[in-house]
Amino acid sequence: MNAIVVFVALPLFAAFSLPIIGRFWKRGLDAVSLLVTALLSLCAIYFVIFSNSLPQVYPIGFWPPPLGISWLLDSLSLFMLLVINLITFFVSMYSINYMEQYTSKWRYYTLLMLMLAGLNGVVLSGDIFNLYIFLEITAISSYALVAFGTGAEELEASFKYMVLGSIASAFILIGIAFLYAKTSTLNMFDMASVLAGSPFNSASLLFVSALFITGFGIKAALVPFHAWLPDAHPTAPAPISAMLSGLVIKTIGIYALVRILFNVFSLNIITSEILLTLGGISMFVGVILAIGQWDFKRLLAYHSISQIGYIICGISLGTPLGIAGGLFHLFNHSVFKSLLFLNAGSVEYATGTRDLKKLSGLQESMPCTSWTSMIASLSISGVPPLCGFWSKLIIIVALFQAGKFFYGALAILVGIITLASFLKVQKYVFYREIEKITSKIRKIPAFMCLAMVGLAVLCILIGVGFKPVLNKLINPAAEVLVKGRGYFIELLNTYGAN
Amino acid sequence: MIILLMDIVLFLIGFYALVTKRNLIKKVIGFGIMEYALNLFFILVGYRVEGQAPILSQNNLIGDIFVDPLPQALVLTSIVIGLGVTALMVSLCIRLYQRYGTFDIDQIRRLKG
Repeated sequence: MNAIVVFVALPLFAAFSLPIIGRFWKRGLDAVSLLVTALLSLCAIYFVIFSNSLPQVYPIGFWPPPLGISWLLDSLSLFMLLVINLITFFVSMYSINYMEQYTSKWRYYTLLMLMLAGLNGVVLSGDIFNLYIFLEITAISSYALVAFGTGAEELEASFKYMVLGSIASAFILIGIAFLYAKTSTLNMFDMASVLAGSPFNSASLLFVSALFITGFGIKAALVPFHAWLPDAHPTAPAPISAMLSGLVIKTIGIYALVRILFNVFSLNIITSEILLTLGGISMFVGVILAIGQWDFKRLLAYHSISQIGYIICGISLGTPLGIAGGLFHLFNHSVFKSLLFLNAGSVEYATGTRDLKKLSGLQESMPCTSWTSMIASLSISGVPPLCGFWSKLIIIVALFQAGKFFYGALAILVGIITLASFLKVQKYVFYREIEKITSKIRKIPAFMCLAMVGLAVLCILIGVGFKPVLNKLINPAAEVLVKGRGYFIELLNTYGAN
Repeated sequence: MIILLMDIVLFLIGFYALVTKRNLIKKVIGFGIMEYALNLFFILVGYRVEGQAPILSQNNLIGDIFVDPLPQALVLTSIVIGLGVTALMVSLCIRLYQRYGTFDIDQIRRLKG
């Protein structure tokens, strides 16, 4: 029995016991889900502090790697685990008060825990079909959560998301089938060594890469495939928007794609160029579409597309600096984008609208939301010394170092437009003079404030202490990707049968 | 080979229905066809002509050619996932019909921008 099983087993257990608990003890729902996420965050932090025993391979049922399903905990998956569990902790703290607006809270918590189990499973899995299953668990629970309000708009957004999501899953599954036909194995370590060993037909590898880029690209909402995101993310309840934008598109989109392309296929120049182009387009188109939006959450959703572009641009360079920058931006983006979505949720909770034109002068009546959203807006626009600045700086420097001057300049331009767009948000929502006295502004409950303040503090802490974060978390994770296919072959030789 | 090609055609038929049909129920049916084509593809990957069931017998009477059992196990899982997605899709269709009074995707467009 290995400790890493806890990351999937505990949320799964919680998911199926929550309906029973909720029947007898209403408050128990909040308490149990908060406790579970707190425990998992502590577990992840414990692993980060005592990380000298990495990487760990856990063979399920004690069948060694090429035979059974094996789970892998290395620096990259540990980094993702930390991000996922921390954000989910704050999100479930926020949900305590926010979800009182909806009925049947136990259904919400069950789906949230299932989603958490799926996310953790995707990150830990070292078997490609196992990864697909966890990906589907995450996807199905997120379809249901987007439709949670069961209003007309929620259902419509959820259906769109579902159609595109299942097309993406189909592409991924075909990719897996082709890979299995070629390599006769599903274990990622074994697959890497088979692909390295045979003089492999690179055309078929490219075909599979194309299938995976399409499939995971839809899940990550890269620009030609982004149509579902601006509908699905804003219409979900605010904590779920935070989960979707902060974690889901990154874990089942970027992480899974990058893990397969780097560690199993070992990135080649063509896929790298394709990803860089897609990243550049997403970066630019996302921000251009965002600037004209007047719906608070829809604006944030378009910014997610743009920031995903930054992450992909950084990682697809394949240089140590670029990968580190991309992963660092992934971490920062999940912190400040979840915070911004929670802010938007609070504004909607207090005033009942999220139309920027109807909001004005909330700075005095909602100090907590106003200050935290100020910190998050400055972070996402890349103002030093907050967290977004450092990661954007690293990505831009890496782009220039790799000789991609056009993309470097584009990244700077997009940063400026992002700043402009968030100044608009700040001005309209918080700092504009009050036009008409809004009838009544509901007070923001304590737990919602606490969650937002916690995330804002995290923003500042990462920004000020970026050096230890880089050294302890990001660089070891980037190293895993830099080593490429050789890393998995090494793992197979260490942990494999015979 | 011809079977594989036909399977790909089946997949594309499902894909076509899922993407272009305007009726929600037809979209769900398209998704179902796509799912079946995928499962069939997995089975075909593991199929060997005149292969036998891969059961280890005591007196070793079975031949040299075995059918690969792993894709069959995967397909079982994949069918269950497909069932879950289809059930959720159909229930969404029911709720959408209650809200909008139609299955036509062109009339279900309140979100824009």
